[in-house]
Amino acid sequence: MIKSFVKLISKNNVLEQIRYASQALPQLSSEKYNIKRKTFGTIEPSDVGYFRSILGEERVLTDESDVLPYNIDWIKNCRGQSRVVLKPRSTEEVSTILKYCNDKRLAVCPQGGNTGLVGGSVPVFDEIVISFALMNKIDTLDDLSGALVCEAGCILENLDNYVREHGLIMPLDLGAKGTCHIGGNTSTNAGGLRLLRYGNLHGSVLGIEAVKADGTVIDCLRALKKDNTGYHLKHLFIGSEGTLGLVTKVAIHCPVLPKSVNLGFFGVKNFENVLKLYKSAKSKLGEILSAFEMADFDSIDCTVKNLKLPNPISEYPFYVLVETHGSDEAHDSEKLTRFLASEMETGLIVDGTVASEPAKMQTIWNLRESIAGAGLAGGYVFKYDVSIPLKNYYDLVPILRKRLGDKALKVFGYGHVGDGNIHINVTVPQYTKEVSSLLEPYIFEEVSKVNGSISAEHGIGFRKPMYIHYSKDQSALQLMKDLKQLMDPNGILNPYKVLPDAV
Amino acid sequence: MSRVLVGVKRVIDYAVKVRVKPDKTGVVTDGVKHSMNPFDEIAVEEAVKMKEKKIASEVIAVSCGPAQAQETLRTALAMGADRAIHVEVTGPAYDTLQPLHVAKILAKLSKDEKADIVIVGKQAIDDDSNQTAQMTAALLDWPQATFASKVEKTGDGLTVTREIDGGLEVIKTKLPAVVSADLRLNEPRYATLPNIMKAKKKPLKKVTPKDLGVDIAPRIKVVSVEDPPVRQAGAVVPDVDALVAKLKEGGHI
Ligand SMILES: Cc1cc2nc3c(=O)[nH]c(=O)nc-3n(C[C@H](O)[C@H](O)[C@H](O)COP(=O)(O)OP(=O)(O)OC[C@H]3O[C@@H](n4cnc5c(N)ncnc54)[C@H](O)[C@@H]3O)c2cc1C
Ligand SMILES: Cc1cc2nc3c(=O)[nH]c(=O)nc-3n(C[C@H](O)[C@H](O)[C@H](O)COP(=O)(O)OP(=O)(O)OC[C@H]3O[C@@H](n4cnc5c(N)ncnc54)[C@H](O)[C@@H]3O)c2cc1C
Repeated sequence: MIKSFVKLISKNNVLEQIRYASQALPQLSSEKYNIKRKTFGTIEPSDVGYFRSILGEERVLTDESDVLPYNIDWIKNCRGQSRVVLKPRSTEEVSTILKYCNDKRLAVCPQGGNTGLVGGSVPVFDEIVISFALMNKIDTLDDLSGALVCEAGCILENLDNYVREHGLIMPLDLGAKGTCHIGGNTSTNAGGLRLLRYGNLHGSVLGIEAVKADGTVIDCLRALKKDNTGYHLKHLFIGSEGTLGLVTKVAIHCPVLPKSVNLGFFGVKNFENVLKLYKSAKSKLGEILSAFEMADFDSIDCTVKNLKLPNPISEYPFYVLVETHGSDEAHDSEKLTRFLASEMETGLIVDGTVASEPAKMQTIWNLRESIAGAGLAGGYVFKYDVSIPLKNYYDLVPILRKRLGDKALKVFGYGHVGDGNIHINVTVPQYTKEVSSLLEPYIFEEVSKVNGSISAEHGIGFRKPMYIHYSKDQSALQLMKDLKQLMDPNGILNPYKVLPDAV
Repeated sequence: MSRVLVGVKRVIDYAVKVRVKPDKTGVVTDGVKHSMNPFDEIAVEEAVKMKEKKIASEVIAVSCGPAQAQETLRTALAMGADRAIHVEVTGPAYDTLQPLHVAKILAKLSKDEKADIVIVGKQAIDDDSNQTAQMTAALLDWPQATFASKVEKTGDGLTVTREIDGGLEVIKTKLPAVVSADLRLNEPRYATLPNIMKAKKKPLKKVTPKDLGVDIAPRIKVVSVEDPPVRQAGAVVPDVDALVAKLKEGGHI
């Protein structure tokens, strides 16, 4: 009895330990990518003493094993060398910390749920990690306007559970929802599974409170849908990945909880038919369409096998997931039935299933959301997240398969068709420079040729500044650099990230 | 070949958070998503498998409840049941419908439909009674194979593996018999689109307990329904020694 009790209580910690003990630590980012430390100050015991004087003992982590998880990113590609993690609980504390760091030229790395996929959330050298984990309070919710105001460290899924109690949902949803923070979502302008329906965060974020590098608190936290008073500064903090300021509070618009939800999961013969089905779904389902996602055979196969998840339907070259959100069950189900009947007749849908029961829908969504993590079980994953015009959407996958041959275990593609955004994963037994150099910059060149984006929703972070020019021209990069100079003249906020040194 | 009768109950979906009514007479069901009791899905799956293996000639799904019980029956039909019987029980009568009533209804229908096997879930996830299979068997005076994790046709009877404390028990029963499905009996399928479409056209008959001569006057009175106590926040302890010390301190060991 007592044994199983102990097991239960320590399960999470043990899992964490296994995660780090069973796998060799990733190579240090600075070595792997040959980066030189910039001339920042180094942390002295007196600095740690100062932080302790503001935050107390417990909210300043310096123990190596305590700090380690904050140094490693989710896909275990990057490892930093930070020795201090700070856990502020209020905007004032963030401001005090930044003012001090700015005066002393100490670099910082803001961290939310650390689920970012481009290495932006972990330090490269000894940047001080500022974790938002304890800034997790909800300020207000207006259930008429749908405006939610909360601190940056609130976990997305907790917020969603909270607003659901009030008949609302969060405007974004993604596989990492149980871990990622709203501040991290905002800082990466996360897209996710329902962008198609509810738009991106530049639309749904109503206001932001952020702290500039010098500690100044910028208050743009109005929870208004309309506020054309001067420059729209909040947008500077949406998607700037912690390089222009630290987001401490967010006001966000929550749409109404749909009364009727349906989910279909279909087998499709080829990619051309996926696109035809998308066109048909847009016209036949119209305003109730809330997600249109696709995954190829290998995406699902790898997820089913590596994570032991059930595939609700038989095997097909492509899978499509269609979700509807509406306010009237009878209306929605009639529409959906007509859409299904017609597309089974045309053969665009070969087979599939539909569900409106929450538990069944969760099982199907879980399969789709787990693809992102499934490749990791087999070794190392190179992940690419690109926007490509729909007619070329899937082209890169077969091209890469050919290019890599047996150097890759699998090359698979899945993603948000509705947003023109595909995730391409290349799984290999372990990271090698050889495979890396076959992929990069090749992929970015190809994406650039069709005027796509080399980073659709994951951002630039640490991994992609050298490739940003494939998507942004000199004029845009120069203005970004000028903004950075204006807002963070000492460059202490998340250095080595987003902007390349030479513009 | 046998004719199989499967009981399917419409319950609050297990992914939904259940709320107690303010007056504590029950839980809130209005506007709450329902689905087929998961153990009944397993029962349907087993019956459909029997049909696919040509052990069963026909699968009849039965649900007692309000009009929406027909949705649950359509799900069973989409999974492969041949026809459905909706025993309509609505309003306050449904609130007080109890396992004994359902068992009487199933027993009567089994006779009327000349069923050889009755399969139900071992329990419904809403009231957790775990009584219907046993009572149905008693009323029919048929053998019962409860908590089945494997069902095979052997000779003119069934060989059923049952999950019991500490292991498995294998029993043989003659037919007709009543079986209750446990969690590991099978993995219920997702209805495929063509079958979902076909299910809309399969026969569904509506009857009332009165038609069947079953009295559904309540035998049990629910005194009060309460929320479970709120779990107290846990605390993280640094190591096992500290944990043991804490447990001793709290008088748990
Ligand atoms: C399984 C999985 C699925 C995913 N699916 C999607 C998806 O569908 N769509 C999508 O867009 N993304 C997806 N992602 C990546 C996505 O960007 C992150 O999950 C999420 O938006 C980042 O939030 P986070 O709190 O984990 O931020 P972190 O990873 O901690 O940080 C991300 C970046 O934001 C900065 N940052 C964090 N908090 C703050 C703050 N308060 N102030 C300033 N800067 C801050 C960090 O420095 C870093 O540069 C997925 C990731 C995983 C692991
Ligand atoms: C009958 C009527 C109804 C209206 N209803 C609404 C309404 O429902 N909602 C609403 O938001 N507004 C409304 N407006 C006001 C609204 O701002 C303008 O109608 C419209 O958006 C401005 O467009 P414009 O081309 O006329 O710009 P102008 O009036 O010419 O200019 C508006 C501002 O933009 C600048 N500007 C114009 N063109 C450029 C450019 N190419 N580059 C840089 N700066 C430029 C100008 O210098 C000026 O500061 C209404 C106005 C009228 C007369």
